[in-house]
Amino acid sequence: MNRQTIYLKKEILIRIIRAFFSNDFNANLRLIPFAMRPKGADVPYRCCIYKERAILRDRIIAGLGFSIENDDEAKDLGDYLQQALEREIPEENPLTVAEIACKGCLPNRIYVTNLCQGCVARPCQSTCKFGAISFVNGKSVIDGEKCKNCKMCISACPYNAIAQIIVPCENACPVNAIHKNSDGYAQIDYEKCISCGKCIMNCPFGAVHEKSQLIDVLKNFNKKVIALIAPSIVGQFPGSIYQLKSAMLKAGFSDVYEVAQGADITTQNEALEFTQRLEEGEAFMTTSCCAGYFSFVEKHLPEIKPFVSHTKTPLYYISQKVKAEHPDALTVFISPCAAKKNEAMANRNVDYVLNYEELGALFIAKNIEILDCEDSCYDVESSRQGRNFGVSGGVASAIASICAAEIKPCIINGLNKDGIKQLQKMVKEGRCENGNLVEIMCCEGGCVGGCAVICDAKVSKKALAQLSENCQNLDSDTKSITI
Amino acid sequence: MKQIEVKVCLGTSCYVMGSSYLQELVDIVPSKFGDKVSVIGHNCLGQCTANWEHSEAPYVDIDGEIISNATIEKVLEHIERKL
Repeated sequence: MNRQTIYLKKEILIRIIRAFFSNDFNANLRLIPFAMRPKGADVPYRCCIYKERAILRDRIIAGLGFSIENDDEAKDLGDYLQQALEREIPEENPLTVAEIACKGCLPNRIYVTNLCQGCVARPCQSTCKFGAISFVNGKSVIDGEKCKNCKMCISACPYNAIAQIIVPCENACPVNAIHKNSDGYAQIDYEKCISCGKCIMNCPFGAVHEKSQLIDVLKNFNKKVIALIAPSIVGQFPGSIYQLKSAMLKAGFSDVYEVAQGADITTQNEALEFTQRLEEGEAFMTTSCCAGYFSFVEKHLPEIKPFVSHTKTPLYYISQKVKAEHPDALTVFISPCAAKKNEAMANRNVDYVLNYEELGALFIAKNIEILDCEDSCYDVESSRQGRNFGVSGGVASAIASICAAEIKPCIINGLNKDGIKQLQKMVKEGRCENGNLVEIMCCEGGCVGGCAVICDAKVSKKALAQLSENCQNLDSDTKSITI
Repeated sequence: MKQIEVKVCLGTSCYVMGSSYLQELVDIVPSKFGDKVSVIGHNCLGQCTANWEHSEAPYVDIDGEIISNATIEKVLEHIERKL
């Protein structure tokens, strides 16, 4: 659990927001690295205080919503601020890497450790097909230029003295979209990136960031701004979702809607679609409101498109409804992850996206205590099924609860290389051997395990179970609501 | 021996900065210490408002002693020392 990096990133967001509401945004923004690492302060993490401040500057750039890769290091933070205040829409590609925060790895990933016993047999040298191993002072040495990272020497050594350095971001990415470049620093290939955010969660240096849309939202608080909260928000903050609404109204939102309301529409439409497809003899259907999965299909497995449900996401339905009722309002989706930013960019009914960490930073910066808030009710009380959309298995069970057809769910809980192989197999064979309704969630546990959640999934699931006890069931008699 | 009272601050500041993870203590502490220690979630302990510039959330109160930058390990260590 990369606690320290998460803490650091949140602190930056809080300071940016405080600077925004202060009487001199520009000056206070520029001073953030110095306020966090003043002259003479301890240098907790990096080689020197100047590097720490430079990295903090990069984190602020991401916090203002810009790509760190495009920064020239000389640009004044005040200029970034001006751009952020003037821009009409946020930047695309939600993820950005701070190269100087990345430790950097050498291209050669295999090392001989001190455990090397300098044995006579030297099986490492015999197995190496590339002549990369020689002996200096009796100990095995690998020539980085010749080494091809084949790992044969690792298994050959009887002392387990040879080790492979792990690259957490590369290992975490299910689609090989993040790589160490020729200098050894992490770089995202945006053609492949599906914005799932696993690299963010796994980098122990906190080098990968989300570009924040905080400034876009804050600068519009003088207008009508309506928040759309994702179902997985339950348990992410102290208190009930009714208190949360009051807190959000205090923070500057004009109104709050539950995306679970849209989930109820998705469930009904998807059940109808599934029944139809089965009747037409289709082998399986994938259902998913997961934006990461959606990007994955577009970029990596377009062959599966015939099997993907045409039903829209909960966010699509609720944002459409809200914009129809409030054409003058701006809508902000409150998200557990980064991937939804791509969906929002493509949807004119969703103006901005803030994640739970950013919302939390807003509460802290404005000294809003949720537990002291009264309850505010929602126009529509969403169903138990809708509110459970954010948990792996939730979507499938919602559909199963109202669908007359025989559903055999196949749940892909977390999209990793194995899950991808499973999907590729389904496409190749034209069938799913484990079921007929395939639910894919990019994040393990479902949305509650997203890259920007505040709580452990265990905690939020508990809170959700408590809330679910008092929720109404989705009415299975309601006809589909196609707006 | 009087029961040790552990209060985990669930105020917004502490919760967002990490006390949500500390809620696991509700399960861990009874299994480790039985009846000797009680753990409850508590409204804002007021530590964050004192001086935000140097906030060290999340905070946990163990029998009146405030632990800053609390982690599960820190809290358990503190309890063991008290016992």
